[in-house]
Amino acid sequence: MPSTIIRIGAALAAMSVAAPAMAQDLTFWSWRQEDRAQYEQFIDTFEAANPGITVTFETFEATNYNTILATALAGGSGPDLMMVRAYGGLESIAVPGYLEPLTTETVPALADYTPEALAAETVRADGKVYAVPFASQTQLVIYNKKIFDDAGLSEPQTWDEFMALSQKLKDSGIIPIANGTATAWQNETVTFDFVSSLMGKDFVADIMSGETDFTDERFTNALAALKDLSQYFPDGFIGLDYASAQQLFSSGMAAMFGGGSYELATFRAQNPDLELGVFAAPGRTAEDEKLVALYFDGGYAANAAGANKEAALKFINYLASTEFGQAFADNLNNISTAPGVTFQDPLLAEVAELNTSSIPYLFLVSFRYGEPSGSVLIQSEVQKLFAGETTPEAAGQAITDGLKVWYEPFQD
Amino acid sequence: MPQLRLTGRGLWITALIVPPLAFVALFVVYPIISAFAYAFFDWNGLLRGEFVGLDNFHTVLFVEPYASWTRNAFSHNIIVFFALMVLQNGLGFFLAYALWRELPGARFHRIAVFLPVVLSTIIVGYLFKLFLHPLFGVVNISLRGMGLGELAQPWLGQSSTALWALIAANAWHMVGFPTLVFLAGMQRIPTEMLDAVRMETRSEWVKITKIVWPLVAPSATVVFVLLFVGAFNWFELPYVMAGLDGSPFGSTDVLGLYFYRTAFGNVSSGQQDFGLGSALAVLIFLFIAVIAGLITVRLRAREIQL
Repeated sequence: MPSTIIRIGAALAAMSVAAPAMAQDLTFWSWRQEDRAQYEQFIDTFEAANPGITVTFETFEATNYNTILATALAGGSGPDLMMVRAYGGLESIAVPGYLEPLTTETVPALADYTPEALAAETVRADGKVYAVPFASQTQLVIYNKKIFDDAGLSEPQTWDEFMALSQKLKDSGIIPIANGTATAWQNETVTFDFVSSLMGKDFVADIMSGETDFTDERFTNALAALKDLSQYFPDGFIGLDYASAQQLFSSGMAAMFGGGSYELATFRAQNPDLELGVFAAPGRTAEDEKLVALYFDGGYAANAAGANKEAALKFINYLASTEFGQAFADNLNNISTAPGVTFQDPLLAEVAELNTSSIPYLFLVSFRYGEPSGSVLIQSEVQKLFAGETTPEAAGQAITDGLKVWYEPFQD
Repeated sequence: MPQLRLTGRGLWITALIVPPLAFVALFVVYPIISAFAYAFFDWNGLLRGEFVGLDNFHTVLFVEPYASWTRNAFSHNIIVFFALMVLQNGLGFFLAYALWRELPGARFHRIAVFLPVVLSTIIVGYLFKLFLHPLFGVVNISLRGMGLGELAQPWLGQSSTALWALIAANAWHMVGFPTLVFLAGMQRIPTEMLDAVRMETRSEWVKITKIVWPLVAPSATVVFVLLFVGAFNWFELPYVMAGLDGSPFGSTDVLGLYFYRTAFGNVSSGQQDFGLGSALAVLIFLFIAVIAGLITVRLRAREIQL
């Protein structure tokens, strides 16, 4: 009899030791509070296919997410899985060694991702990928189809047509372009929403190869055109903040909004009746390639010090799959980077189509690795340009000089 | 021989003092000391690197682009301090005088003047952003309504007006505080003294400069020092109204925003740097502590004990 008790006791003890290893609980951190319901669905799908693994989704406020995550990782209490930012924002977390490097052996699906997408989640120093990129964002022009139709307008093919169309809207009492630039980062987005095609692919290639800098005429002429276009922004737009500009567009008071593809969901939520269209702002002539600016938003990463790394990698593999990418695109209305995804939403399909001729969203993609960051420079120089406190040439010079401090190709 | 035994009373005092003391030590003293220590290390994101001595201090003060950012932010703090000294404390003094003299409607105005102080800075910031909205803001609409349309401005988008718009919002928000402190000071002035003045002169101006102002010196010390500390720690209002970057192009940048951006990064900047941020925090702290100390000592010296 006592031996039975001992045996039962031993069995219970063995079970209690084994239990934590069997039920694998993973935590998954994100800054997308608004997508919680959809993520929980994705997780349910994963859990159904992988019994024994449970994933808990936790969200944090977006602007402070990086600080919260970095602090938790530094303190050893980080999550098993997490959404991380791209480019410079990734490096601040990946360089100290908090993230598990991903290879095509551990995550085979990565082999089919585009090099641009993987570059967003790669640390420049060691060339390793640390996260599965989840979405691309496109900087383009969003327009109100109804206003365009009523005024008998169509998507402009040349810069002159674009200006003429804006003048026509203004004459009929409609604000042609809703953007306001009191919010600093809006200055960077409007630059790439409206004048990417004027800069052109060659200019970007020359910048990347170090053959030219931002004093290049192709860049300063584009800034001059942007300044010229700003006469069609709202009155006092330099004092207009981002949220107000969004409302001008979603309320139908303005015909166009230069913004990222992420605005589409916002506008639909603010005004479900809005008929939206998108186009890439034109170049000088109809023959010039119409370009949007493209960048990648962030990625899914695993904690290098996580207790259940194997289970975490299983989940990462699920997140990298076409199946997940499709669900992501269908439910979250975002451009998934997963290979083989098709877009049911016509607008998303159009954005994906525009993405095929693009330049990188340059200052985010390549110039956020030192201080002063290229983004800070272009934001303040374009803001000055709009306020009439600098010229396109002086702005190009200031951006180049600012970057010279840390960007070696500009140092002579 | 002094009693070292813990009597009932001693026990009480200990029990009451230790928890707050421990709280202050843990949440005030320890962070200050650790920020001080952080400033002497190199940081890679949040990973502490080598001991670098005074390098971080040298960088924020003398190496570009940090040096010009520091100068720019600091100069704005100085403007804010002097502007608020006039608009907030100066106006506060005269408002207090008017309330103290019991002009008609004093009871109503006492509440009206103090009411904004209880509002949160965030609310005031958003409110003024709406007031100053270039298209629908009450300021521009009123100007246009009065036929002064050419005076309507994008207030928060111009380097010439943005900082002043923030200063005006702050003055509107906080003017009730110095008013209340000065009013309390004035109410302590003995009536005999005021009666004596009335025998000598009927001039309000003489009364203010020769009697009231010297006698509210203790109140002035308090509001001056608090304004100094507040002006150099200014963060919430510029954050709400102008954003972390001190938009437009750094013309509303102040030390608080600059410190936050440097230590914690923001969406547009490069990598966050705890070392430089901590060095800035230490410099701001030392500057405020030393100057506030000096101001206090000097102002105390001119106070008259009644």
